[in-house]
Amino acid sequence: MEFNNYISESCVIEDNAVFLSGENSFILDDANFSEFSKAVYKKFEIEYPKFFKMDNLSKLAFLSAELLLKEVVQSNEQENDIAVVFANRSSSLDTDVKYQESIASKDNYFPSPAVFVYTLPNICIGEISIKNNLKSENAFFVFEEFPAEFMMHYANNLLESEKAEKVLCGWTELYKENYRAVVYLVEKTSSNSFSKEHNIETIKQLYTNTLWTL
Amino acid sequence: MKKNVYITASSCVTPLGFDVASNWDALQNNLSGIKKHQNIGQLESFYASIVDSNKLDLAFSKVESNHHFTKLEKMMILALKPLVEENKISKKTAFIFSTTKGNISLLEDKKVSVENAQLAALAKKISAYFGFEVEPIVVSNACVSGILAVSVAKRMIETGLYENAFVVAGDEVSEFVLSGFNSFQAMSAEPCKPYDANRTGVTLGEAVAAVYITANEDELKSNSFRIIGDGAVNDANHISGPSRTGEGLFRSIESAFKEAKLEKNKVKYISAHGTATLYNDEMEAIAFNRLGLQNVPVNSLKGYYGHTLGASGLLETVMAMESAKQNRLIVSKGYSDLGVSQEINVITDNDVIEMDYFLKTASGFGGCNTAVLFEKVS
Amino acid sequence: MDALKQELKSKIIEVLNLEDIAVEDINDNDALFGDGLGLDSIDALELIVLLDKDYGIKLTDPKEGKNIFQSIDTMAAYITANRTK
Repeated sequence: MEFNNYISESCVIEDNAVFLSGENSFILDDANFSEFSKAVYKKFEIEYPKFFKMDNLSKLAFLSAELLLKEVVQSNEQENDIAVVFANRSSSLDTDVKYQESIASKDNYFPSPAVFVYTLPNICIGEISIKNNLKSENAFFVFEEFPAEFMMHYANNLLESEKAEKVLCGWTELYKENYRAVVYLVEKTSSNSFSKEHNIETIKQLYTNTLWTL
Repeated sequence: MKKNVYITASSCVTPLGFDVASNWDALQNNLSGIKKHQNIGQLESFYASIVDSNKLDLAFSKVESNHHFTKLEKMMILALKPLVEENKISKKTAFIFSTTKGNISLLEDKKVSVENAQLAALAKKISAYFGFEVEPIVVSNACVSGILAVSVAKRMIETGLYENAFVVAGDEVSEFVLSGFNSFQAMSAEPCKPYDANRTGVTLGEAVAAVYITANEDELKSNSFRIIGDGAVNDANHISGPSRTGEGLFRSIESAFKEAKLEKNKVKYISAHGTATLYNDEMEAIAFNRLGLQNVPVNSLKGYYGHTLGASGLLETVMAMESAKQNRLIVSKGYSDLGVSQEINVITDNDVIEMDYFLKTASGFGGCNTAVLFEKVS
Repeated sequence: MDALKQELKSKIIEVLNLEDIAVEDINDNDALFGDGLGLDSIDALELIVLLDKDYGIKLTDPKEGKNIFQSIDTMAAYITANRTK
C-alpha cells in the first residue's frame, strides 16, 4: 500500500527528560517519576487538577500527549478528529500490583474504586480524549517491543478509510520507575517544516529519539 | 480496491458448553451459566457464570497431556484448537489476542513472579503452543476488547500486512475483578437483568471465544460472514461512566454504517452490550434511538454468560452469527419490563426471522465503544 | 465535632488527591460535589470506602451517599451518629 502520510510532531519522555520534536525541553535530575511528572506539569503550566488523580501510566501518557497537542489542539470547545492509538509492554501492571495489595489481607481489605479504574491500560486514552475533546477512534495494544510496522499500518488504515483526520500514535510504557513515552502525530499533509514522511525508518528513528537530531 | 474480509469459522468455551453447537442449544433452551457461588475475598456469596474446572480438565486432557497451564490458558487452547486444525498458519497470519485482565489471578501467588501476569507473556505462551510465526497483537481496551479485536483483524488484513488472522478473546472470573466491580457498587445481588426495570447491576462471567478471519474468498464456506463496517469511537466524557447521550456509541455505529454503505433498515438484529448497570443500558437505548434503530430486535447475552469482559464482544459475535445462520433470534434473558427511558425492541421470543445483516456493539471503561456490521454470505 | 471536621478535610484532600487545596480552603458547609470541590462519581465511591475503613460504617446503597456527602457538616454529623470505630 503506497500512501504518503507525514509525522508532524513528536514528544519523547524518558530518563527524567522531555523532548519535543527532538529538542530537549525539560530535564530534572535525581527525581522519582512522581516528582518528575509533577515538575513537568508545573513547568509547562498545565492547569488540570484531575491530573493528580491519575495513576502513573495515565500521568505519563497524558503529559506526553498534552505537550504534543498543545500546538495542535487550539480549543477543546471544538471537536478534534484525532485518533489515539497507543501500545506498551506492561499494560496496567503497575497499578494492578497496587490494587492487588489492597485486597491481599483479609483484615485490611479495602479495594479502592479510584485505583481499580486504572487497572485497564486504555484509561489513559480516555483521559487524553476527555481533556482534548477527542470523540474519535481509539485503541490500546500490548506488545513486548515497540511495534513500528503494526503502528504504521494501523494509522495509515485509519487515515485512508477516513475514520480519522490525524492519528496520535504512541508507546507509553511504565512499570514502577521504568518508563518511556514516545508519541507522535501522523497526518495526511506535511504541515510544518519539521514534517517527516511516515515510514518504518522514521518511526524507528523516532522511537530511539534520533529522528530530528540526525 | 479495498479487500473483503470474512469470518469463516468460530468456536467458544463457556460454562454452557465447549463448542458453538452446545452453546446454541443452551441459549435456545433458556439455560444460563450464572450460578450462586460462595466466598471469594470478602464476598460471602455472589452470582457469576463460571466454567466447571473438572469438566474443563476432562475436555482438556483429551487434546493435551501437558497440564502446566492456567485455567484461562486451557480454555484458550481448547477454543483455538479446532480452528487451527482447519486453517493454516503462515508468515502472513496474524494472531490477535484480546483480554482485559489475562492471568491476573497469578498476582495472588507471592511465589510467582509478577512478570508472569504480563498480558504479552500469556499471548506468547498460547502463540508458541500453536506455532504462530509472528508476534501476537494483544488488544486490551477494556470491555470492547473482544469486538475491537475483530475490527483490528479486518483493518490489518485490509492493509495487506496479513492475509488472515486467528482472533481469540478470553477472561476469567477473579477476586481481583470481583472486588473491583463490588467497590464500584456495580454488582447485582441476583442474576443480571439487562434493560429491565429492576436491573441492579452486573453479573460477572468467564469465557473464551475464537474466530478465523480471512480475505481469501476460496476459503469461504456456507454461512461465512463479511465484516462490512466498523468504528471504535471514544465518548471523551468520563473514565468510568458512559456518556449520557451515548455519543461515542452513536458515532461508532454511524462510522460502521458509513463504511458499509448500508441502509439502517437492512439490519435485522443488534447484539448489544447490555451490562445491566443503570447507566450503560440507558445510554445504549439513547444511542439506538438517535440512530433510528429502536425498532430493531436487540438483546444482551449477559443474562446467559454474565459479563465476560474482554471475551464478551467476541463471544456475543459468535452467538450472533449462529443466530443469523439459523435465522432465529435469541431471547434477551433476564428481561421482562422495559427499564430504559426510550423504547427499544428487546427480544422476548425465539422468533424465526430472515437475517442478512446484524450489528454488534460494545462499550467500556475509559469511554470506549465499538460497533461492527456483519453481512451473511450465502 | 470540630476536630472531626478538620480530620475529614485533611483525609478528603489526601484520599482524593486534591492538589493545591488546603484544609483552610474548605468551608464546613461547602458543597463537595458539583460546583463545590468538583468531586465526581469515583470520588463518591472512594468516600464510601473511607467511611468503612476509618469509621467502620458500611454504606450498601450508593444513593444514601448523596445526602451524607453534601458537605463536611453533613458528613461529620452522619459519622458521629453511626461510627463503630
